[in-house]
Amino acid sequence: MKSSRLVPWLYTLPLFALVGAVFAYPLAQLVRYSLENVGGSPYLPTTFAGTSNFRYIASDSLFQTAIKNNLKLFLCVPVLVAVSVLLAALIFDRPRGWKVYRTVIFLPYVLSIPVVGVVWGYMFRLNGVVNSGFRSFGLGFAAQDWLGSTSWALPTIMFVIIWKELGFGVILCVARLTSVDEQLFEAARVDGARWWRVFRHITVPQLAPTLLFYAIVELITMLSWVFAYVYVMTLGGPQNSTVVTEYYIYEAVFQNNTIGVGAAAGVILLAIVSVFIGLRFWITRTASLAFE
Amino acid sequence: MPSNEVVASDAAAQVVMPRRRWRSRTPGSLARHLVLLVFVALALVPVYFMLVNAFKTNTEYTGNQLAPPHDLVLSTLHDSLAGGDLFRWMLNSMLITAASVLISTSVAALAAYPISLMNWRPGGLLLSVLIALMVVPPIVLVIPLFQMVVNAHQLNTYQSVIVIYTGLMLPFSTFLLATFFAGVPRSLVEAARIDGAGTLRTLLLIVLPLARPALVTVIVVQALWVWNEVLIAIIFLQQSNLRTLMVGLTVFSSRYHLNVPIVMAGMLVATVPMLALYLVGQRSFVRGLTAGATKG
Repeated sequence: MKSSRLVPWLYTLPLFALVGAVFAYPLAQLVRYSLENVGGSPYLPTTFAGTSNFRYIASDSLFQTAIKNNLKLFLCVPVLVAVSVLLAALIFDRPRGWKVYRTVIFLPYVLSIPVVGVVWGYMFRLNGVVNSGFRSFGLGFAAQDWLGSTSWALPTIMFVIIWKELGFGVILCVARLTSVDEQLFEAARVDGARWWRVFRHITVPQLAPTLLFYAIVELITMLSWVFAYVYVMTLGGPQNSTVVTEYYIYEAVFQNNTIGVGAAAGVILLAIVSVFIGLRFWITRTASLAFE
Repeated sequence: MPSNEVVASDAAAQVVMPRRRWRSRTPGSLARHLVLLVFVALALVPVYFMLVNAFKTNTEYTGNQLAPPHDLVLSTLHDSLAGGDLFRWMLNSMLITAASVLISTSVAALAAYPISLMNWRPGGLLLSVLIALMVVPPIVLVIPLFQMVVNAHQLNTYQSVIVIYTGLMLPFSTFLLATFFAGVPRSLVEAARIDGAGTLRTLLLIVLPLARPALVTVIVVQALWVWNEVLIAIIFLQQSNLRTLMVGLTVFSSRYHLNVPIVMAGMLVATVPMLALYLVGQRSFVRGLTAGATKG
């Protein structure tokens, strides 16, 4: 009987070992590094730094730019939410070929960031197809060196992020709509409600928990999963105009070899993300209560 | 064709589909198709761009970036594969993906069993911790992980990357399998126990066969994630012959930046396996992504 109480621990042992090695220990180390001047060689010993790393990044204008850029990326989220609920509603009306629409609209989410980043990058070049498209419509004045201009590079990256992340929202909404009681829609239609009214008074309210979940997931994405876009499309340039927090950390640690500074920025990033994790827990809890 | 069946249905299709709610002849129907078609076109633009330009010469590309090739050539595709770099990188990606997905799924299945089916007290807390870990930014873990790997003299090895990928995926894979296992009828598990089957036998012979759809989902989603991952691959595999395909592609595109068709051909070669996996496993993929939103 004693041994059966050990079985659960035995079965979860590999999980604990791997999660400990990849999450727990590194997170503890991260906090330690953030309080140190990490030397990394016998000639350059590691010393305790107190809060000097944090004070350094607080006064570093590049770190402020990085945080501001992450905040600008948040602007993608309302666009994603609005467009995906609209597209989901259109797809859920099941016009002819709706399954094809659904498959294709989800496709960008599956493609890899290096591929789409490089391909869009070529299309956004000064002599690329985007600009020649503008010129052929007589909008030549709108032509830009999209990724080469300090004012347009970040918006261009935002466009590609929206383009890639949209399919996720659409799929989430369509999946949720299939579990909504069909009689709700039926009743509205019998009452003679127009499409827009059904959309506003039934579709959107029914999707509210899903949209909230999607918004939080995307906010977290804008903070912690945009490194690859920046790395592939601009390397933070031109003139640091597209540096995001992840990229700032990457440069501090792997280019400038200032591990303590990178770790301090990492602690800040982690603290911001934790707020959203808390929010996500709170929402899933209230949402599941609402379903009961 | 049976494969079409798989492509055409997903989690949604398991619910009985009601008839179309608005007739396709209503005046709004044209507008609806127009809006959807615009987004379909937008979604396909990069794939189209790769496809048409991979079969052009560089000379033709300078005069014709958007239209299909006048003279369709295979030499561009051939040139992009010359030297074998792309194949080498693709093999690296396949090896790393297969190993880390296999280990992660096995470890997750082992852990999900007591969490969901053994009335194990700490199980619920463990699940909450795993959900929280799912959103930890990888960049903050990479800083200490890099020091750990360097100290262990494991930089530029497959095994270091495989362990890191496995660990990073475990919160997701364990969470998904645990939620699925929770739906397995307890009576079956009880019956197996009364018949004298040990826990491992019950897991392998009763639970896992029942959980096949969830297993497929976990495998497909993880495989795509590892295949497409960039940050860890850049930092831990710095030698050219060890690169993964996605990192290799960034090198490839700067190496041939004056010859766009060759870059597009390389991108196309790299995209085809993913595209195939998506079209075959669409249903599982969608189920895996929506699981977090509908459960828990």
